[in-house]
Amino acid sequence: MTALQEKPRTAGPGERPTVKRRRKKVTAGTALVYFAAFALALLWLLPLLWALSTSLKTETEASLGQDIHWIPREWSLEGYKVLFERGDHLDWMINSTVVSTIVTVLTLVLCVLAAYGFSRFEFPGKKIVFGAIIAGLMVPPQALIIPLFDIVTTLNLADTYWGLALPQVVAPVMVFILKRFFDAVPRDYEEAAKLDGAGHFRVLWSVIVPLSGPIMAAVGIFTFIGSWNNFLWPLLIATDPSMMTLPVGLGVVAGGYGLFYAQNMAAAVLGALPLLIVFLIFQKQIVKGVAGVGLK
Amino acid sequence: MTTDTKTPEGAPPEGAPPRMSAPPSQKRRSWTGLWFVLPFTAVYALFLVWPTLLGLYYSFTDKSLTGRPVEWIGLDNWAETLGDERAWDALWNTAVFTLYSTPPLVILAIVLALLVNRARRMGWFLRMAFFAPFVIPVSVVTMIWIWMYQPDGGLINHYLQMLGFQSAETPTLWLQDEGRAMWSVVVTTVWWTIGFNFLLFLAALQTIPKDVYEASSIDGAGSWRQLRHITLPLLKRTTALVIVLQLIASLRIFDQMYLMTAGGPNRATEVAIHYIYIAGFEGYRIGYASALSYVLFVLILIVSIVQFRLFSRKED
Repeated sequence: MTALQEKPRTAGPGERPTVKRRRKKVTAGTALVYFAAFALALLWLLPLLWALSTSLKTETEASLGQDIHWIPREWSLEGYKVLFERGDHLDWMINSTVVSTIVTVLTLVLCVLAAYGFSRFEFPGKKIVFGAIIAGLMVPPQALIIPLFDIVTTLNLADTYWGLALPQVVAPVMVFILKRFFDAVPRDYEEAAKLDGAGHFRVLWSVIVPLSGPIMAAVGIFTFIGSWNNFLWPLLIATDPSMMTLPVGLGVVAGGYGLFYAQNMAAAVLGALPLLIVFLIFQKQIVKGVAGVGLK
Repeated sequence: MTTDTKTPEGAPPEGAPPRMSAPPSQKRRSWTGLWFVLPFTAVYALFLVWPTLLGLYYSFTDKSLTGRPVEWIGLDNWAETLGDERAWDALWNTAVFTLYSTPPLVILAIVLALLVNRARRMGWFLRMAFFAPFVIPVSVVTMIWIWMYQPDGGLINHYLQMLGFQSAETPTLWLQDEGRAMWSVVVTTVWWTIGFNFLLFLAALQTIPKDVYEASSIDGAGSWRQLRHITLPLLKRTTALVIVLQLIASLRIFDQMYLMTAGGPNRATEVAIHYIYIAGFEGYRIGYASALSYVLFVLILIVSIVQFRLFSRKED
């Protein structure tokens, strides 16, 4: 295996130096693979396309008892219009944006500071604190909802942005990921900066952070997606409909739209859109980030 | 993600500087590091350590959501969980969901990854199609699937009737039938979350050097033999990782059930977290719900420890 690795791994999919005799078989197999992959991908997209199709029909055309057809006979934005007139969808979108932004910014700041501290310093109690954070990796947040609810309501933070956001900031895994990255950054860069008289924060801000662009992007994107899609915690802590996040609002309030399927699916499409856009923009980082989980 | 429990910093011998540190002068013991660590640790202590301890304490009390005075009742809550049939049913349903959902979420993910790995030219489109559902909020997912599962006029029954699997007079009830509700939620969950496992497998596949296959095909090995003797063995570690991550995720199931079936019909899909939610927030029994939480906590902890073992071993 090792001896063969001189060949660059970037070889294109087409160039397989197989013997000619085999060539035909490979092509037939490849065609089958492409067909199967394409059919499955289409199947996977169907629910989303069906939601989109329903959302563009009139309420009568979308309703049950009508025959199933994909292309609306009468294109209509009725469902979307009703949603915007109701206004709560927009509130939820704003709430989700605010909460996810707070969670992401705080997670990045706190975890970068902590990871740097653990990576570069020795201090009394380090072993205990770090051990406690390791242990936290095994605590399922869902098992803490009861006492956590008690704490957050005691602090008078129910139905507030801080009450929604703060408990989500506790992400030991992000400290780990960042610390492991910082550990691998050579100290020479910092030495040079320190000789120039830079303090610890200056070193962190102007040497380490710029070197950590991709890893911080991955941590940030995943924190944002995780927070945006969190359901259980906001369900408990936001009972006032105007403080609900998008997933909770859609699940609890919009579920009561009843039989208005065009409107329902318009809400679903609008609810899916923000993160689908984020995903399409950051596809590369997200794919790499997930891959990183498996490849340590 | 949780792999490096064995980094030297995890447990450095007192006084001896860890292996990776450069000049010892840099890592001298001082309080400076504590200031960097403090903000995170404070939030962590308040919202993770404290609730963990508080939950344990509450499990020995009759603490109520109504706020009446708390009384220490010893092991009463714990004893009650043992005899609580509804709690056992909920745990059982959680286990059933985990057993139903894990195999397709692992096996189908491997199949998808293998296909996409071969169909490189459509790579971008395929990755997007399989992973996109994963970023969609759960309530959007359930809204769409409830709409598709509609017995009368839903998309799924429509096509089943068209293909002759079902007569229009007796449409299949998906979410309203005790026997099928769990499966229906499993199907939705597979559609929603498989993208993550799929990407893990795809990444693992793409690290296998092409030369391995070329060498073996010169030796006359066909695609099937290559799959069995090269690809699948090389995916072993990733598969172990995916299974454990999946078990932990499935044991925490709540959102889909809450939104699609509300635990019904006839509690056939009431899962552990749902029952904790009901005991705490509908029954006002914080003490009892805390004891229930701890039972689930311990179960997940056991799986997590297995995960830790797996991760630390592969480092060698």
